Amino acid sequence: MPLYHTEDQAMLADTARQFMADEGNIAKQLRHWRDINCQDGFGHGLWKQFAELGFTGILVGEADGGLGMGHVEAGIVLEEIGRNLTPSPFLTSSVMAATALGAASADLKGRWLPGLLSGDSVFAVAVDEGAKHRPERIKTRAERAGNGFKLNGSKAFVVHGGSADMLVVAARSAGSDDDDAGITLFAVPKNATGLSQDKVRLVDSSMATHVKLDNVMLDADAVIGEVDGGREVLNRMLQAGRVGAAAESVGVAAGAFDMTTTYLKQRKQFGKLIGEFQALQHRAAHLYSEVEIARAATIKAQQLLDAGSDKADLMVSVAKAKAGKAASLAVKEGVQMHGGIGMTDEYDIGLYMKRDRALSEFMGDQYYHADRVARLSGY
Amino acid sequence: MSDLDAFRAEIRAWLEENCPPEMREPARDEDDVCWGGRNFKFKNEAQKLWLERCVAKGYTVPDWPKAYGGAGMSPAEAKIWREEMNRINARPPLSSFGIWMLGPALLKFGTEEQKVHYLGQVARGEIRWCQGYSEPGSGSDLVSLQTYGEDKGDHWVVNGQKIWTSYANKADWIFCLVRTDKTNKYQGISFLLFDMTSPGVTTKPILLISGSSPFCETFFDNVKVPKHQIVGELNRGWDVAKYLLGHEREMISGAGGNDRLNTIGAVLNRSGLEDPVLRAELAQFDVDALAFSAMGEKFLDEIKVGKAHPAQPNMMKYAGTELNKRRYELLMAGGGSASLEWESEASDGGARARSWLRTKANSIEGGTSEVMLNVISKRILDLPGA
Repeated sequence: MPLYHTEDQAMLADTARQFMADEGNIAKQLRHWRDINCQDGFGHGLWKQFAELGFTGILVGEADGGLGMGHVEAGIVLEEIGRNLTPSPFLTSSVMAATALGAASADLKGRWLPGLLSGDSVFAVAVDEGAKHRPERIKTRAERAGNGFKLNGSKAFVVHGGSADMLVVAARSAGSDDDDAGITLFAVPKNATGLSQDKVRLVDSSMATHVKLDNVMLDADAVIGEVDGGREVLNRMLQAGRVGAAAESVGVAAGAFDMTTTYLKQRKQFGKLIGEFQALQHRAAHLYSEVEIARAATIKAQQLLDAGSDKADLMVSVAKAKAGKAASLAVKEGVQMHGGIGMTDEYDIGLYMKRDRALSEFMGDQYYHADRVARLSGY
Repeated sequence: MSDLDAFRAEIRAWLEENCPPEMREPARDEDDVCWGGRNFKFKNEAQKLWLERCVAKGYTVPDWPKAYGGAGMSPAEAKIWREEMNRINARPPLSSFGIWMLGPALLKFGTEEQKVHYLGQVARGEIRWCQGYSEPGSGSDLVSLQTYGEDKGDHWVVNGQKIWTSYANKADWIFCLVRTDKTNKYQGISFLLFDMTSPGVTTKPILLISGSSPFCETFFDNVKVPKHQIVGELNRGWDVAKYLLGHEREMISGAGGNDRLNTIGAVLNRSGLEDPVLRAELAQFDVDALAFSAMGEKFLDEIKVGKAHPAQPNMMKYAGTELNKRRYELLMAGGGSASLEWESEASDGGARARSWLRTKANSIEGGTSEVMLNVISKRILDLPGA
C-alpha cells in the first residue's frame, strides 16, 4: 500500500481540517476552557459535534454502529487536533478505550458504546501507576470476590479521569508486579464504590486524576476480554494510544512549524525580514525535514497496525519516538524564533510548547520508545 | 488474488529461479558492484549471469518503458519489485549513473532517437557514464562553470576542466555541462554527451582520505562534440542539469534502501554493547533510521504519482546523508579499535574505516547539506531572500 492517503482518506482530512480550524481552534476551545477554569479542560459541546461527524466512533466496528475505520483515519483526525491544540477526550475515549472495548463482550459494548457514539460519554484509561509510562509493571490488584472482583491499588496521571463515565483499568489478577501474564482489564464506572479521584491540572491546561481503588467491587461482566489474559488487549490499546499520540504530535509539530515560518516572513529586524537570515533558514529547513520524516514514520506505523503486521509494534515505537523528537524540536525552535513574544501568554506558540510536553509523556516518551526499539531489535 | 498479488507471486518465483545465491548478499564494497560498460570485468560468473538474466527481462530498469530496455512496470509494480528484491537481499543487477541520473533526464528531455540509442545501452549495461558538473572554481556555485564549447558549425570544440568526476577514468561516456554562451549565466549552459575516448579528453584520479580514488580531474583540450549530442535545447542545459540533480540527490539519499541494512543493529555486533551511553545513541539512531526508511518509501511512492514536492529530493539528500554519516560514526565507535584496521584480511582491507571516511563526502557531493538547506528554504518554505 502506498504511503499516502487514499481519496477517501484525503476527503476525511479535508473535513477534519476545516472542522477543527473552525470549531476546535485555540481561541474557541483551549483558551476559552482554560480561562474559565473549566474542570473538564475541554468542551462537551465540541464532543457532541465530534459525534455528529462520526469521529467518536471512528474505530468502532460498523456492526456496533461505528465507522469501522482504522488507525490511518483516526490519525487524520488526531493530526488536526494536534495542529489546533483542540482539547478533547478523543484519544482516550475513541482511540484507546474504543480499541479495548473492541475485545469486550456484547453486553459490555452495549453498555458503553452507545454513549461514545452519541458523544454523551467520555472514557479514560488507567494503566500507569507512576510519573513515567511503565505498563510492564502493574501493581494494582484484582482479587476474585463475590460474583466478580475486588480492586485495590492506585493509578497516576489518568488523563480526563475526572470527566470520564468509565475508566479502563488494568489490574493484576495473577502473578507478580512485573509479569507479562496475569493482567485483567476492567470497565470501571465512575460511580463505583471505593473509586476516588484527585484532580490535577497539567501544564497544558488539561486535567488528569490520581485514582485510588479501595476495595472497588465489580461484577464479572465488567471484565474486558479474558481474565488473566488482558495483556494482549492492553497492548493493542497501548499501540492505538501510542500511534494516535504520534499523529497528534505530528499535528502539534506542523502547527508550531507553520506558525513559525509565517512569523519569519513577517518580522523585521536590522531592516530585513528575519526569514532572510541564513542562520534561521537552515534551522527552519532542518525542522521541515524532521517533521516530514516523523509524518512518514507515523503513517507507516498506522498502516502496519491496520494491516495487522507483525512489524507494527516496532514501527509504532519508532513513530512515537520520532514524532516526539520532531514536535519537541518544533516547539523549542518556535519559541526561540519568535523571540520575546514567544514567551508571552498572548501568543499561541507557547501553548504548543506546553501541549507537546504533556503529549510527550503520554503513552511513553521518546526515551522509553527508543529503548523499546533497541529491545525489539535485540539489544 | 488481485493483479498485484499475482504480480508479486510471479516476481518472487522468477527471483527464486534466477537470482544466483552469490547475488543474495549485500555488496561489501564498490568492488562487488556491477557497473557495466565497455571495459567492465565481472567479478565472477554469478554476477554476469545475474546481469544477463535481468537484461533479458528489462529488470535492470524495471520502470522504464519496454521500448527503451525496461520492463514497463507501473509504480505499484516497481515497488513490489523492490520489496521482493529486498526480501531476499538481492543485489541490484546493474548500478550506473546511466540508470540513476542520465536515464531520467533523457526520458524527460531526450529526442526519440536519443532515447532509443542511449537508454537501450544503459539498460543493457553496455555503456558506463560519468557526470561532468563541478569545476575547480565551481563547486556549490555550480552555475558559474567555465568549461566552454565553441560553436564550429556542425560541432562544438570543448575546452576546460571538470573535477570530482566520479569514475571518469572508468567511464565510456560523459554527460557534461558546457558553457555555450558566455553572456548569460543560467541560460548559457548546454548539456552535452560525448565519448571519453574522444581525442583531447584526459583524466587524473584524485586520492582521497579513504585511500581510494573514486573521483577524477577531467581535462578537455579541443574536444570535438557533434551537435546532435546535445540533450534539450541549446543554452537550456541548466534545466536538464537541475532535473538530473534531483535524481542524483535522490540516489545519494539512499531512499529505497533495504530496511534491515539501514538500522545499526543489523550491522553491529551487539554483544559488545556494554556501554549504556553508546547503546542509547544506537537506539536513537535506529529510531531515526527506521523513520527515514519510511520517509524513503513515502517519497518514492509520492514521486511516482507526482504527489511529492519537486524540491523534496533535496530534503531526502540532506536527511539521508547526515544519517549515513551518523551511522558510520556509530559503527566505528561500536567496533572499537578493530574498526581502525586499515589493511588486514580480517578487516577486509580496512573496509569499515574506509567506508566511514567515504561517507564524509555524502553531504558534500551532489550539493552540500548547506546548499540543500538553502534550496529547502527557498523552494519549499518560500522564505524571503533565500
